[in-house]
Amino acid sequence: MVQANNNGDSTAEAMPAERGSSTASEGTGDAVLSVKNLGVWYGAFRAVRDINMQVKRNTVLALIGPSGCGKSTVLRCFNRMNDLVPSARVEGEVIYNGVNLYADSTDATEIRSRVGMVFQKPNPFPKSIFENVAFGLRVNGFKGNMQEAVERSLRQAALWEEVKDRLNASAQALSGGQQQRLCIARALAVEPDVVLMDEPCSALDPIATLAIEDLIRQLVTKYTIIIVTHNMQQAARVSSETAFFMVGEDRAGYLVEMAATDQIFTNPRHEQTEAYITGRFS
Amino acid sequence: MPRIDFDRDLRQLQDDLLFLGSMVEKAIAKALDAFKRRDLVVSEQVLNEDTLIDRKRFQIEEKVIDLIATQQPLARDLRILITVLHVAVELERMGDYAEGIAKISLRMGDEAPLKPLIDIPRMGELAAVMLRRSLDAFVNRDIVGAEGVSRADDEVDALYEQVYRELLTFMIEDPKKVQRATFLLWVAHDLERIADRATNIAERVVFLVTGKLVDMNTSNTDPTPRR
Repeated sequence: MVQANNNGDSTAEAMPAERGSSTASEGTGDAVLSVKNLGVWYGAFRAVRDINMQVKRNTVLALIGPSGCGKSTVLRCFNRMNDLVPSARVEGEVIYNGVNLYADSTDATEIRSRVGMVFQKPNPFPKSIFENVAFGLRVNGFKGNMQEAVERSLRQAALWEEVKDRLNASAQALSGGQQQRLCIARALAVEPDVVLMDEPCSALDPIATLAIEDLIRQLVTKYTIIIVTHNMQQAARVSSETAFFMVGEDRAGYLVEMAATDQIFTNPRHEQTEAYITGRFS
Repeated sequence: MPRIDFDRDLRQLQDDLLFLGSMVEKAIAKALDAFKRRDLVVSEQVLNEDTLIDRKRFQIEEKVIDLIATQQPLARDLRILITVLHVAVELERMGDYAEGIAKISLRMGDEAPLKPLIDIPRMGELAAVMLRRSLDAFVNRDIVGAEGVSRADDEVDALYEQVYRELLTFMIEDPKKVQRATFLLWVAHDLERIADRATNIAERVVFLVTGKLVDMNTSNTDPTPRR
């Protein structure tokens, strides 16, 4: 069992850090992340148990399941965001490119620069659009051309055309959908490998939602994306693999099945998956 | 958490499909019986009643589209709707073959068939049984039953080939008989196609149960191009 240190040394966003050799080691075949017997406890409460899964490189993986099934908890294990919760304890292994994220020698801050995160509610810093994107790079000690780096990230996040003439305007003045794309640009600026998204569209209107979904499909050529969503149609639209979680009688979440998204949505193997995705879950 | 309205709509839709199935079953039996008895009034009736079959098919199709648009069906629900959509089309086309037999009957008018009807009624019986079994397999979600339908199709194909060869011989012997032989050949062909479409329904039952798309129309005995 590996104990997570609750160092609380990071803000709740993809934080930049020096690239270290510990995260640059060889991968395990096609899998960028590999989870073995993962369990998470909050104090005496076991939130998830016995999770085993592999996340393939350059794919979109959707985590779905009812409230309390632990999907967000599992997502947060992928960049040690649970470290920020006092009393959180992680057992088992999460292997990222051959490195155990929960080994004592692994630096959580460094991990978060490779595994970025986008949250449910757009949370831009109270700064200009430009500074929001540049922030991570500055903390990272970035020495290159900042203008170019910011433009590249904003273009990747499909926001550049909308904001290029007002980069110094406050990020708070953007619409909800634009703010969320700005947060994605901010996460992409430090050139992560994996982007975690925790219900990134739940605060957005349908048009902004489709824009984010389009973006996700474009980003997958360069990044691995793991998305938690309550919207099953969204999971069906954007992901190539889907993992379905349930809550056990002990109230701990567990993985019921993970398979190609088209399989899950047309012919799932488990009755529980069938019941949940057809809306007959009780 | 049940989905009361949606579940009721799904049940109703499947009942409607079975109703369409029974309309088609009757049309086939009626068309063939009228053909045998040379009853032109009933043949005319079959022709006219095909409109009702077409209308029922569109009604089912519209309901499926409506449910897909409003209920976002997934997994088994989605497979039911896709299956109903396909089976409704298969049934409607079977109705067209019954109509085809009625049209041939009307074209023949008072003329007697070229030869006594033996294999053609047998083909008709087999095709009717296949249709009924394919719909039973649909109702019971029965893969084994569906496979039985596909096996029966081989028998119909063999009969069709026999009829085809026999009629060809008539035509070669006496070119004056070509038209009368062709009438019978068309009827046999319509029945062969009905059997093929029953096999298509069986394929859809396999999809409904397993999610797998399979081709059960494997025999290659049909000596004429499909239409």
